[in-house]
Amino acid sequence: MSGERKPAGWALWLPLMIFGAFVVLVTLGLLRPAPRDVASTLIGKPMPSFALPPAMPGRPGLDSSVFTDGNPRLVNIFASWCIPCRVEAPQLAALANAGVPIEGISVRDSTRDLGIFLKQNGDPFERIGADDDGQVQLALGSSGVPETYIVDGKGIIRYQHIGEIRAEQVPVILSEFREAGE
Amino acid sequence: MIAEFGLAALWLAAALAALQLLAGVLALTGRGEALAGIVRPVAVMQGLLALAAFFALILLFIGTDLSVKLVAMNSHSAKPFIYKLAGSWGNHEGSMLLWVTVMGLAGAFVAFVERRLPEPTMLATLAGQAFVSIGFYAFLLMSSNPFERLDPAAPEGNGLNPLLQDIGLAFHPPTLYLGYVGLSVAFSFAIGALITRQVGPAFAKAMRPWVLGAWIFLTLGIAAGSYWAYYELGWGGWWFWDPVENASLMPWLAATALLHSCGVLAARNALRAWTVMLGVVAFSMSMVGTFLVRSGILTSVHAFAVDPERGSFILALLAINIGGALTLFALRAGTVTEGKRFAVVSREGALVVNNVMLSAILGIVLFGTLYPLVAEAMGAKVSVGPPYFNPMGAIFLVPMLLVLMVGPLLRWRRDSFSRVGKRLILPAVLAVLAAGVLAGWSGIGVLPFIGIVLAAGLAIASLLPLRERNFRRTPLSVWGMVAAHFGVAVALFGMASESAFSVEKLVAVRAGEATEVGPWQVKLVNVEPVAGPNWTALEGVLSASYQGGDETRIRPQARSFWTPPQQTTESALLTRWNGQLYVVLGGEADDGRWQLRLWWKPFVTLIWYGGILIALGGLLALIGRVASDVRRIVAREKIADRRESQGR
Repeated sequence: MSGERKPAGWALWLPLMIFGAFVVLVTLGLLRPAPRDVASTLIGKPMPSFALPPAMPGRPGLDSSVFTDGNPRLVNIFASWCIPCRVEAPQLAALANAGVPIEGISVRDSTRDLGIFLKQNGDPFERIGADDDGQVQLALGSSGVPETYIVDGKGIIRYQHIGEIRAEQVPVILSEFREAGE
Repeated sequence: MIAEFGLAALWLAAALAALQLLAGVLALTGRGEALAGIVRPVAVMQGLLALAAFFALILLFIGTDLSVKLVAMNSHSAKPFIYKLAGSWGNHEGSMLLWVTVMGLAGAFVAFVERRLPEPTMLATLAGQAFVSIGFYAFLLMSSNPFERLDPAAPEGNGLNPLLQDIGLAFHPPTLYLGYVGLSVAFSFAIGALITRQVGPAFAKAMRPWVLGAWIFLTLGIAAGSYWAYYELGWGGWWFWDPVENASLMPWLAATALLHSCGVLAARNALRAWTVMLGVVAFSMSMVGTFLVRSGILTSVHAFAVDPERGSFILALLAINIGGALTLFALRAGTVTEGKRFAVVSREGALVVNNVMLSAILGIVLFGTLYPLVAEAMGAKVSVGPPYFNPMGAIFLVPMLLVLMVGPLLRWRRDSFSRVGKRLILPAVLAVLAAGVLAGWSGIGVLPFIGIVLAAGLAIASLLPLRERNFRRTPLSVWGMVAAHFGVAVALFGMASESAFSVEKLVAVRAGEATEVGPWQVKLVNVEPVAGPNWTALEGVLSASYQGGDETRIRPQARSFWTPPQQTTESALLTRWNGQLYVVLGGEADDGRWQLRLWWKPFVTLIWYGGILIALGGLLALIGRVASDVRRIVAREKIADRRESQGR
């Protein structure tokens, strides 16, 4: 057993081929659209009942009875301290301009901060309820802010969007909203 | 100002990395030999600038500068100081900056101290290091700028998430990063050696301290991560084969193999191409692991936090770096001979078995981690867990451990079993004894049974290399090897014992009632509500006594956090030398009774003590190797001085 041996030629390409297969696999995985709508157990269920006091003086609070008046609505859970909420503000404004009624639930906020937030980022909300201890957020099964729900005219939750609404997602939300109105 | 300074330092560092690459390539190709002299100083400067940028980020976090987007998103003025500090690397952008900083500093250190290798190989190595760095600088500057301003500034930061305020979480990621990025040096050495075809003992000796250092950090990082999951998740398990865990295990497996093949190359000038390939693979596994975790491709639960653009960028980096390195390997390794040959029964032979088995386990873990992706591509949602990993891993782990008992006793080049056979009688007897004792126990699984028997044999066998040695003249690296191998036996015994002898009990008790688990008597005294800064909890007050001895109070909690709303269990642990009592408080039953989940886990702590021993072994070996290198350099300089003075 002496002399020096060279490794076989084809074997040297094997690591590269395995790596190539890995790249193809994960590229396919990245290209496939990630499922953004988490199959929430609340979809298809009625809105939980709650009555939130007004978050801003002189504006109405949010009572869950409004959801059964026959009109579909958007419910947006947000907070002045939440930065993605600023990011999605233009999209909410666009939805409001398209005639979508938006109800706000502001989570653990102060009137002062909320006032500044609305002044800086616009105010697309019909009503804003103050959820000071996060109980309603919890009841809605929301895992963080912002989150947006579409509720149909009978008070049934039809759609849930987790995280900020990006510009390219506005059409999706709009079509879901129209569907909820039919 | 600080943010702009940091950004400027980062751009400068990136530019210097480009210069380092360019000068290295020009000098190597003979179009600018004069440039060879600037490569080392440029590498040092590049590392220092990256460090300056990282310091700038730390200052921004300490001062909670809310006009910086990253700070506003991840910090809060009311955070304790230590978490403000940790916040600077506890997010995507900051951790990538830490990554390039460690890489830059490692490159600077290599440039500063490494003088053993031929100059062309050093130039190629530093150019390679610069090439990899440039990709990460581009990633930072183009799609993850940590110094981005927020206009207008946020009134308050967003990052008071209590779950992330944990001392273990604050220091666990940087520990792993030091390991991941330390392997980048081995990667660059491998590239340098392939380019100049200089694969030999000097290359292995230059690379070894880096592999050792990275491996120590990886070992500690994995052990700490495992203990964190054990006490924090409240499931009583210590390893879940979760993609994030596998992402740290895979580089460790590759680095362990590399460490051993480096030894063969340094001592015997054999396994050349194989060692070079492992050098490439080890850092590749670090990058692949980081990609899998960062891109969120495997954790669809958090799909909304994933940025596909970033995932694509890291993937492109991977494809260029790893693909390029493996192509170079395929082209060049054919001209690198495998080196000196050896008999099957020899130290080299044993180390080859070690390498093949470690690589096989690496393949199994990689395949199991990626399998859900393969299945998803075919339209099925699956998860791969312990039923796959445990037996498949054991198929290769068991022969590797058997060889581990013999390997360190064998001579280099050629040996015979008959020579070492009688030294192995003691371990064999102990293993058989353990098997005999265990056979009387009923209900032990096959794997835990094998585990305990092997651990018993290995505990003795690992000490045998010290026999007939003068302890004071035994090199530190031998002590290190013995400590690490003994640590394997200790950890293995802990794992097998936990799995074989754990007693689990799920009971519902009223206040005042008692239950037994293993040798413990546990009484529920009462359940009280307690409140923290941003959580409320139900706290169970229990008194536990070991075999009727003194009573100790323990207090497991079921916590509810508000932001984000989340339930966590704070398990209560009671540690004795021979195991841990692990108690989790469950919900309240309708009739006023409380659910308690109790485990008695004999010798479970040995898992992590074993891990620490393994890392300690690595540290001893590292100190020994570096000290002997330094001694050799000093001796050489003395000789040179003497010659000079004689010449006069």
